[in-house]
Amino acid sequence: MAAVQDTAVAVGTGASSRPAAQGRLARIWARHGAGYMFLLPWLIGFFGLTLGPAIASLYLSFTNFDLIRAPEWIGTANYARIATADPKFAAAVKVTFLYVVLSVPFKLAFALLVAILLDRGVRGLTVYRAIFYLPSLLGGSVAIAVLWRQLFAGDGLINSLLAQFGIEGPSWISHPDYSIWTLVVLSVWQFGSPMIIFLAGLRQIPTDMYEAASLDGASRFRQFYKITLPLLTPVIFFNAVVQTIDAFKAFTPAFIISGGTGGPINSTLFYTLYLYQEAFGNFRMGYASALAWILVLIIGLFTAFSFLTSRYWVHYDD
Amino acid sequence: MTDATMSSATAPPPVPTGRRGPVGSILVHAALIAASIAMIYPLLWMISASVRPEDEIFASTSLWPSAVDFSSYVRGWFGLDVSFGRFFWNSLVIAVLTVVGNVVACSLAAYAFARLRFAGRNFWFAIMLGTMMIPYHVTLIPQYVLFLDLGWVNTFLPLVVPKFLASDAFFIFLMVQFFRGIPRELDEAAMMDGCGAWRIYWKIMLPLSLPVLATAAIFSFIWTWDDFFGPLIYLNDMNSYTIQLGLRTFVDSSSTSDWGGLFAMSTLSLVPVFFFFLFFQRLLIEGIATTGMKR
Repeated sequence: MAAVQDTAVAVGTGASSRPAAQGRLARIWARHGAGYMFLLPWLIGFFGLTLGPAIASLYLSFTNFDLIRAPEWIGTANYARIATADPKFAAAVKVTFLYVVLSVPFKLAFALLVAILLDRGVRGLTVYRAIFYLPSLLGGSVAIAVLWRQLFAGDGLINSLLAQFGIEGPSWISHPDYSIWTLVVLSVWQFGSPMIIFLAGLRQIPTDMYEAASLDGASRFRQFYKITLPLLTPVIFFNAVVQTIDAFKAFTPAFIISGGTGGPINSTLFYTLYLYQEAFGNFRMGYASALAWILVLIIGLFTAFSFLTSRYWVHYDD
Repeated sequence: MTDATMSSATAPPPVPTGRRGPVGSILVHAALIAASIAMIYPLLWMISASVRPEDEIFASTSLWPSAVDFSSYVRGWFGLDVSFGRFFWNSLVIAVLTVVGNVVACSLAAYAFARLRFAGRNFWFAIMLGTMMIPYHVTLIPQYVLFLDLGWVNTFLPLVVPKFLASDAFFIFLMVQFFRGIPRELDEAAMMDGCGAWRIYWKIMLPLSLPVLATAAIFSFIWTWDDFFGPLIYLNDMNSYTIQLGLRTFVDSSSTSDWGGLFAMSTLSLVPVFFFFLFFQRLLIEGIATTGMKR
């Protein structure tokens, strides 16, 4: 590269204009070319797989498109139908919000609780941490969704366990009031990755703060409330945002447990599942594109809201 | 946050500070052991169900089978028109190609962002970070149309080619963070000796970055192995099914009659992920702790 630069400089000082122009190009290439060469695969991917498709998707959301005939422009009709005349959309939004509101707080609470138990010198930390993290790693697979379907079946393991305590459990999966809980429990079971992030956050809190507080006679509970919790708010915030966005995008468990239907009576019709049904079941690609953009809007609004409210409860020390 | 937590994750575990008395310590262990059992009970039950005689599967909540019987594995393996060996092979091919694509393409981009100077670098870096926020649903349908037009549907190409174009921006970000921590003097010395960008990338950055490359590779493998949505929309012919699609088909076609086979194949499908977890636990946990990556 250095050699190219030298010749470029030499040619650039020449009198005639054409070599000078070549020299300038060579110089620009020498300075910036390598960067773009290394970036090339990503650039192709960005234009071809992200930006291009995103623009196309926005266009398709204003059309009727069934993959066979050319897209037909229908203006805002898709959005109008979503807003006013689509009960399944309303059901999907309701189920998805319910899932987010039920699963994320429970998951974070478990993650924080276990992280605090594991913090500061528990013997066998690595073994416990491994056991608690394993479900997070396996949880996205079809096998686990299949397992959950059996655990929560009417004659499944959960009800057998409940029966030992004299409780008669409902048929979780086939009852619309309970089916969402199967999915919530599956999600909460995977609290391992927020737990690991909490653990990393807890280790950042200097031990001498607790020692000082303890000397001042602060109780364990007060120490948690006055030191741990405030100093941990940035991590809590991070985990909450990541887990919520993730919950909005959940797909596999609802698909497997409901057999792709979102039933019974749309009670497990996650937003992404509805989008999938419209796109690849009914081949309403234009309508599904509009659904996708509404999802982006929902996630975007939620994220903006979180960041706006965060200033009132998230403490950054610098 | 990232740099700070990175250093803490690699630091040795803290010495017990004695904040808990012996009674408190016993209570903590009791709670942790109870929670651990609850966490892995479903998994152990599934493994146990896969080796039980068929009539005993739902009969008890105990984990100990009265007799060990591996016939479920044989029935499950050959339970569909296409054997599970084919599904495993397909998953393996896709996962290995994905790993190669992600490691190569993401490390190239990360090297440019972390080390090279060129006009527009900060602009593209911001764009790259922005793409991590976009849910895949936005690009899903046009991408499908594109791959359909290219004649790639029902091949592995739609699942693999994007990885060679660094479509998992997350790994770029992870690698940029790591590359920035490698002393610049090394590149400068190499440049003095006449090394170009390629040689610095190949001879200095990559060898020094094995931990982060391994982390990206392992997560790539596990996520691809577990991926259900991508294969669901792109693979229609049973001969090209991945293990996840095979399992789903098994649920639909024969689960009501063959629980043992279903649990046996489910257990087998988790084995590769479990072994990766066993061998690379430290890398996986550090990857999560430093970046919060999750899928």
